[in-house]
Amino acid sequence: MAAAATSETGARPSRAGRRLAAPAWVGTVPFLAYVAVFLLLPTGIVVVDSLKNPNGAWAFSNVTELGNPLVRGYFIGSFKLCVLSSVSGAVLGAILAYAIASGNPDGTVRRLYIAVSGVLAQFGGVTLAFAFLVLIGPIGLLIHASWYFDFPWGIGLIYTYFQVPLMVLVFLPAIDGVKVQWREASENLGASAWQYWRYVGGPLLMPAFLGGLLLLFANALSAFATIQAWENQIAYIVPQQISTALSSEVGLSNVNVADLLALGMVIMVAIVMTGYALLQRRAARWLR
Amino acid sequence: MRSSYRFAVAGVAAAALFTAAGCSSSSSSSASGSSSVNWANETSASAGGGMSALVTAAKAEGTLNVIALPPTWANYGTIISTFEKDYGIKVNSALPDGTSQQEVDAVKTENGTAKAPDVLDIGMSVALANTSLFAPYQVSTWSSIPAAQKAPNGLWVQDYGGYMAVGYSSKFGTITSLSQLLSSKFKNSVALNGNPTSANAALNGVMMANLAEGGTASNIADGVSFFQKLKAAGNFSPVSATGATIKAGSTPVVFNWDYLNLSSYVGVSNWKVFIPSNAVLGGYYAQAINKNAPHPAAARLWEEFLYSQSATGGQNLWLQGGARPVEQPTMTSNGSIDTSAASKLPAVAGTPVFLSPTQATDAANYLAANWAKAVG
Repeated sequence: MAAAATSETGARPSRAGRRLAAPAWVGTVPFLAYVAVFLLLPTGIVVVDSLKNPNGAWAFSNVTELGNPLVRGYFIGSFKLCVLSSVSGAVLGAILAYAIASGNPDGTVRRLYIAVSGVLAQFGGVTLAFAFLVLIGPIGLLIHASWYFDFPWGIGLIYTYFQVPLMVLVFLPAIDGVKVQWREASENLGASAWQYWRYVGGPLLMPAFLGGLLLLFANALSAFATIQAWENQIAYIVPQQISTALSSEVGLSNVNVADLLALGMVIMVAIVMTGYALLQRRAARWLR
Repeated sequence: MRSSYRFAVAGVAAAALFTAAGCSSSSSSSASGSSSVNWANETSASAGGGMSALVTAAKAEGTLNVIALPPTWANYGTIISTFEKDYGIKVNSALPDGTSQQEVDAVKTENGTAKAPDVLDIGMSVALANTSLFAPYQVSTWSSIPAAQKAPNGLWVQDYGGYMAVGYSSKFGTITSLSQLLSSKFKNSVALNGNPTSANAALNGVMMANLAEGGTASNIADGVSFFQKLKAAGNFSPVSATGATIKAGSTPVVFNWDYLNLSSYVGVSNWKVFIPSNAVLGGYYAQAINKNAPHPAAARLWEEFLYSQSATGGQNLWLQGGARPVEQPTMTSNGSIDTSAASKLPAVAGTPVFLSPTQATDAANYLAANWAKAVG
């Protein structure tokens, strides 16, 4: 090992002497290859297979399935759950992040909150669903809440449990970037707290807030294990119905329908991303 | 073959198979050099030279790949360990919580590899839809299996089953009819084992309610409206029923096969089982051999073991797990049945109903269109 390192070091000066000028894009090859294999290829497979029938022949009429009221119901369910959990998670997370940022930057409380957020943002799936079930379920230790099984309230509450800490993690750096001097400057100029947030703090943080909101939306859209472990007797959201389409043992499985539903989710994300881009452009106007 | 998968994301199923079956060290495969018999083509033990030839060939293969057999389900843990002990063959158990459909998917995606499943334990609708993947084989106890419960050439053979039952916590007293479940003391309490458009046990749960409500096996509508009433009364619980939720008391009433509803299976001592006399609904799983099994002799020996009537054979071991083995009627008359295990089965009164493939398909299609509306 050491010998190899030595010889390599020894060779370096001569190599540096006749270095080839690589095109600038070469550095992006690993990233592009990664994206191609793990994003573009699967998306392509989903698009192509969603337009075929189980025998492998083209079946463009599959697309009409997206207009089926039942299928539309799964997308509406997914959308409701994503909006509920991402908006509540983003607002609560932003407030919590602000509270943390206003404290001592080297304090124990801040370090504790960040550590706990890091753990809880990853707390999901079966364990989370079960934890909530024994606390608020039919024989819940805390309360017996009747709204708990009404979609999307109960599951929205459960999702918020990992959405808030995630928002804290992504939003805290943005709040840390807001200099205390800016607040002092506005106060010296006679701005009220409302005016400071309306004209300075809000516009500064809005792009980061919207970015966090989008991340939370996507996070909720793709979550599957939590809701499946919580209640699996009805499909409320698209991923649950994809699971039925993939693994129904009562004769209702159809891989092409699963692909079509996945394609619908891709379209859904594309629409949300477009909306985000438009909002972001408006929110970040002052930066240009 | 598990009726509903709860934790496995379909997308990672393939990855799970890789890790679960990756330890297969099958150096030997179909061509066992010493013998000229190719067990992949043999349709019975005698055709291949008898049981001892089969045992020798299976031992030479040394390994058997099984899939989707939860150790606590119908006594499969003991069945696998007994087989390993009796024959010195290592059993690789992949994806224990998988579904029937995932078993078939694994046969297709892993075709030709050493980790492909050798044998399957699948629901009937999946079995009938995939017979082209199976090898015909007749076990030596073939004549003990009722004709209606096997494919004539042995492509699939029903193995064990049970009746749909209501399992419930004894805190509710004694349940004697399904209509009692509509009363207010069952608030948020009644659950199925999965989504009936996806899981066979759940579909049969709705069908049992349908029969109890006076519906016929050909039309499941009354069953769906029973659950609609249950939902309207606030008694339907959408919680995914598992051993953990039953132990925690979150799902105190569960519709499931009787062998999955035993107090010993769910691990709760105050758990009672009730089979409505006007709605005895039976269901059997089936065995099938992968026609391209990497261990063809071990696969056939496994089937011989499962259908063996000996005291420690598969039929009695299933019975000890609370399931009703397919040869039970014959074994009861020839005296080979484990009588103490048989006496522990829940009592059944009335004529059992078995869904025909058409009835099962009709029920599934009706549920696909109406289930979410009724209870959503």
